[in-house]
Amino acid sequence: MSAVLTAWIEGVSLVGPGLPDWAVAVRVLAGRVPYEPRPTVIAPLECLPPAERRRTGKVVRLALTVGLEAVTRAGADATSLPAVFSSSGGDGENCHEICQVLAGSDRQISPTRFHNSVHNAAAGYWGIATGATAASNALCACDASFGAGLLEALAQVRIEETAVLLIAYDAAYPEPLRSARPIPDAFAVALLLTPAMRPGSLARLTAEPTDAPAEILADSQLELLRGSVPAARSLPLLRRVAREEHAEVVVDYLEKQRLALEVSPCR
Amino acid sequence: MKPLALSAFTATSCLGRGLDATLAALEGERTGLAPCAFETVQLETCVGEVPGVDEERLPAELEEFECRNNRLALLGLRQDGFEATVRSLARRLGAKRIGVWLGTSTSGILETELAYRRRDAASGALPKDFRYRGAHNTFSLAAFVQRALGLEGPAAVISSACSSSAKVFASARRAIEAGLVDAAVVGGVDSLCLTTLYGFHSLQLVARAPCRPFDAARDGLSIGEAAAFALLERAVARPSADAVLLLGTGESSDAWHMSAPHPEGRGASAAMRQALVAAHLAPADVDYINFHGTGTPSNDAAEARAVAAVLGARTPGSSTKGATGHTLGAAGGLEAVICALALRHGLMPGGVGTKVPDPELAVSYLLGNRRAPLKHAMSNSFGFGGSNCSLIFGRAG
Repeated sequence: MSAVLTAWIEGVSLVGPGLPDWAVAVRVLAGRVPYEPRPTVIAPLECLPPAERRRTGKVVRLALTVGLEAVTRAGADATSLPAVFSSSGGDGENCHEICQVLAGSDRQISPTRFHNSVHNAAAGYWGIATGATAASNALCACDASFGAGLLEALAQVRIEETAVLLIAYDAAYPEPLRSARPIPDAFAVALLLTPAMRPGSLARLTAEPTDAPAEILADSQLELLRGSVPAARSLPLLRRVAREEHAEVVVDYLEKQRLALEVSPCR
Repeated sequence: MKPLALSAFTATSCLGRGLDATLAALEGERTGLAPCAFETVQLETCVGEVPGVDEERLPAELEEFECRNNRLALLGLRQDGFEATVRSLARRLGAKRIGVWLGTSTSGILETELAYRRRDAASGALPKDFRYRGAHNTFSLAAFVQRALGLEGPAAVISSACSSSAKVFASARRAIEAGLVDAAVVGGVDSLCLTTLYGFHSLQLVARAPCRPFDAARDGLSIGEAAAFALLERAVARPSADAVLLLGTGESSDAWHMSAPHPEGRGASAAMRQALVAAHLAPADVDYINFHGTGTPSNDAAEARAVAAVLGARTPGSSTKGATGHTLGAAGGLEAVICALALRHGLMPGGVGTKVPDPELAVSYLLGNRRAPLKHAMSNSFGFGGSNCSLIFGRAG
C-alpha cells in the first residue's frame, strides 16, 4: 500500500523571531526582504473570556494566535474543525514554576499551574476560545514534533475525510532548564489542511517517509532558527508555499526517518 | 472502520506484573491501592504503586533514558512475551513498518523534580547528570520503547492528560489504514511523581481512603501508575474466536473548562456516539462499559449522564480505578487491556471499593464480578482540557 499522504493547504500562518505574521514571513521566505531576527512578539489574546485570559501563559497564546490567523485567512469555521497540536516541550515556564515549588518546603502548587501543566493545555484553551468540539490531539516527538504533527494531521485528513488544523509551536525554557534545552525563542506555525482542492486552496501537499537528509536553508540566520526550534523545522516547506513554486523538499523528522514533501501551488 | 487485531497485549500496574496477575486480582476483586509512602510525599491519600520499579535497570546502551517512567515501561514490555512478539513481527515486516504511539502525561518529570532539589547554590544550575531528552521530555517514553524494541517507524507521544493512551489507538488506527505503517505498538506509561500527587491535591480532587467511583459517598480519586501495551495489526479474514479486535474509536473536545467536565457530558456523549458509528454497532450491542470513573463527584456525574444518554441505563459497567487507581496517561491503555481480558474470559469486573452506588447516577453499576459471554466492550477515557476518547473492543467469535 502506498504511504503517500495528500492534502491541500488552505490556510497558513507563522509567528517567530523577526516574523510577526504570515504577511511578513512571505516576503522574507520568498527572498524579497532580508531576514532580520528580533525577539518573538506574542500578542495578547482577545478571544478568551477574561478569567481564562489571565490564566494562560505565553506558550498557549502563541499556539492560539497562529491557529486563529490560519483559520481566519482561510475563512474556515473553527467550531467543527479537528485540531492537531504538536510541541516539543509545551509550557516550560509553567513547568519551571511547579518544579521550583515542589523543591521547596511548602509544596502547595497552584491549581491553575497544575491544570496548565498538561501538554494539551493549548488544545484545551483552543476549545474554550473557539467553541471547537471536534477531536483535538496533543503530540510530542521532541525534535521531530513538527513532522509527527504533520503526519498525524495528514492521516486524519485522509482517513476521516475532514479538514484538519495543524498547530506546531515551541517556546524557550527559562533557566535552569534553558541550559539543558537551549531553545532560543518562540516559534509557531499553523496549517489548515483539507482533503480536496477548494477555491481557497493555496497548494497541494504530499508527504511520505524517506531516508534522504533534510534540506538546509541557504540563509544562515534562518538555518539557525530551523535547527534550534523544532517547530521551525517546517521552514523549508513554508518557503515553498511562500514562493508559490512547485518543489520537492525533505523536512526533518525522526533520527532514522525524514519526510519527503511535494508542494504544488494551486494558482 | 476496518477492525484491527490486538495481536498481543500486556499490562503492569499495582495489581501485578502481566496478564495472569492482573486477571487474578480482577477475579479476586482485590485492590492494589495502599496508603501513600512514595518518595518524600506527605499527603494523606492512597496510591497504586507498582512494587520494584526502581530495581529495574535499563540496558547499558539505553542508559540515557534512565528514569522511573522508562523503568516501568521496560518492566511492562518484558511481560507476557510482548517484547519478543514485536521483535518477531519486525523481522517479518521490517523495523520501519511498525509505528509507536504511546500516551503519558508526565513522562520522566520526577527526575526533574528531584534535580531541582540539587540545583547549584550559587548559579542555580541543574546537576550535570540531569537528562532532558531521555528523561524530562514527554517524547522520552516513545523514543525509549522504539529503541528497546528495535523499531524505526513513525513514533509519537500523545499527551492529552487522562485520555492520552486511549487516543493512541485512534492515531495508530489511522496510520495503519492510511498505509503509513503495517502495525503499531500502542499503550501508555505513567508513573508516580510529585507534580500529579500535589497537583490533584491542590485541586481538592484526591480521596483520603481508596477511591470509590460511582459511590454515593465518593470523594475523589486515588492516583496509580501503570505500563500497558498492545500490538495492533490488520485483522485477518478469519481470526480465532478469542481474538480481541479494536472495532471503533471516537474522539471529541468539551470546549468547556480546563479541569472540569461539561456537566451534561456533552463531549463524552459525542465520543461514545462516534465510536459506535465507527464500529457499526447499535447502543444495545455494548455488553460492558469500563467507565472512566475517576471517583470525583463531578466527573462520575457527567459520565453517567453521557452514558445514560447514549447507551441507556441498562448496560452493565464499572470503573476499575478502585482496584488500580487512576493511572492518568496510562489509564486508557490499562483499561483497554482490562476490556480485552474481560472479552477473552467472559468476566465483567466489579467496581472494587464502591459500596453504595449513587442513586443519582442512572447507570447499571456492577458492585461485584459478573460472568457472562461478552461480545463488545466499551472503554471511556476523559482528560483535562476536555479531551475525550471512547474505544470499542470486540471478540472475533
